[in-house]
Amino acid sequence: MNKVLLTTPIQMNKKLLGFFAVASTVFAVVVVLGLLISMMGSFVIEGFPHLSWEFISQAPRNNNQEGGIFPAIYGTTLLVLTMTALGVPIGTITAIYLNEYANPNSFFSRLILFAVNSLAGVPSIVFGLFGVGFFIQFFGSGIDSIFNPTKVVWGQPAIIWASATLAVLTLPVVIISVNEALKSVPVSLREASLALGATKFQTIWKIVLPNSLTGILTGSILAIGRGAGEVAPIIFVGAVYSMPDLPSRLNDQFMHLGYHLFVLSTQSPNVDKTIPIQFATTLILLMLTFVLSLTAIIIRSRLTKQSQG
Amino acid sequence: MRKQVNPIKVKTTNFCVYYGTKQALKDITMDFQEKQVTALIGPSGCGKSTFLRSINRMNDLIPSAKFKGEIIIDDIDVFNSSVDVVQLRRQVGMVFQKSTPFPKSIYDNVAYGLQLNQRITRSELDDIVEQSLKSAALWEEVKNRLNDSALGLSGGQQQRLCIARAIAVNPDILLMDEPCSALDPISTAKVEELITELKSQYTIILVTHNMQQAARVSDFTAFFYMGNLIEFDKTRTIFTEPSKKETEDYITGRFG
Repeated sequence: MNKVLLTTPIQMNKKLLGFFAVASTVFAVVVVLGLLISMMGSFVIEGFPHLSWEFISQAPRNNNQEGGIFPAIYGTTLLVLTMTALGVPIGTITAIYLNEYANPNSFFSRLILFAVNSLAGVPSIVFGLFGVGFFIQFFGSGIDSIFNPTKVVWGQPAIIWASATLAVLTLPVVIISVNEALKSVPVSLREASLALGATKFQTIWKIVLPNSLTGILTGSILAIGRGAGEVAPIIFVGAVYSMPDLPSRLNDQFMHLGYHLFVLSTQSPNVDKTIPIQFATTLILLMLTFVLSLTAIIIRSRLTKQSQG
Repeated sequence: MRKQVNPIKVKTTNFCVYYGTKQALKDITMDFQEKQVTALIGPSGCGKSTFLRSINRMNDLIPSAKFKGEIIIDDIDVFNSSVDVVQLRRQVGMVFQKSTPFPKSIYDNVAYGLQLNQRITRSELDDIVEQSLKSAALWEEVKNRLNDSALGLSGGQQQRLCIARAIAVNPDILLMDEPCSALDPISTAKVEELITELKSQYTIILVTHNMQQAARVSDFTAFFYMGNLIEFDKTRTIFTEPSKKETEDYITGRFG
């Protein structure tokens, strides 16, 4: 009797549908993995031969056709760290306000949420224009006009403004991650703290925040992943193709791996000669992003283990 | 039989609580004697937890909650605008139904309330932590692992830790909201024994679903039903000669 049931048309269609669902999922995974592997593969194969200790530690020579890309590595790392230092605290504080203090139905908090969601969809180049218009021309020039009326100190492309621009760009991702982490701290824990005579601020500072560290770090990881690779926002805001020294002050300009790649591939006098450099630069950029993200992931997993004592 | 009448520690007068338009408590007028255990019993939803949470103003956290009437502790109405609610909550401790140890060490849990606002030396802190854990009958079990995470304790131990944490800040009054309902019988017995010992130092108000527990542990019992205080008397009287029919019905299990 069962054999008959399994081979009725409806049963056959269900089996076929099930098979098709699994097959298309597997196919999608294979395609994505395949693309990823072939991309990474080409970077590794073409770029790895050009990697050398000299490449990583030396500055470029001969109009960027020889030598190393150390300044770009330095600049990218400095940029990402400064971006994180600016963006994560602001994102965290915003998330704390939204989750702990604001009335969720108030116009103001709904406005903030709307702004956060809209920000997430803005194209990167628009952030670059914002960086020039707001940070350099308004904010930086404003500081100059108060403190150094005759000189241009802050009102010019600088690593601080590039970091700020990227911090704004990655703000939505930080806010949303931290918000989720804050929401997951049980109300009972907060009540227990308040019942002992803690103020709301003390409860947030001593109980809620420490328990949201994983979420804050997740937000940082996501921000790093996004920010390390963005080029459009920093083109006019501080990145340069070559400079004699490493950036030493916040209002210096800087070299950047992604930007370097862009210029190498479009504007160098002999593009073909620089192809190995391009691949190697790409490889270094990917490795740097990986290392920065991995550091944050390790910190997060250590803290998670600690708090689960 | 000794007749013991202690001074009144907490007094409520026509106290009402509204959640939005719904009235959860209707004109509760009763008093609590110092250093006695008063149990609040009644079926689910009768308002006893709402009443308990009003005494230390934990209901302030619920935006839709409104109140009328007075709750007076030591001649001061807790809802008076001059009352600092943070100070109030240090004077009136609370232990919740589900134990909520902080994800910190055992030591840090007990020390939490003390480290909030006072300058206190490490040795003073050590003393108070030890004293509180002893009062909560937990010291022997944890004295060698004070720096371990509190989350590693069993349910009964965690609840006793929460009690230690609450008494570390030296409150006058201890509010306990069904403290044993999540515990096994042995831990429950330990906590009940603890309550009987603690009443020599603290005024205890205990909400419980367990009538036998109320009969075992409390000196006075108040029976709540649908937001009303139906009857309030010495525990022995409530359980042997209740004067209201609803009380008798509840105690004999006709509804619950």
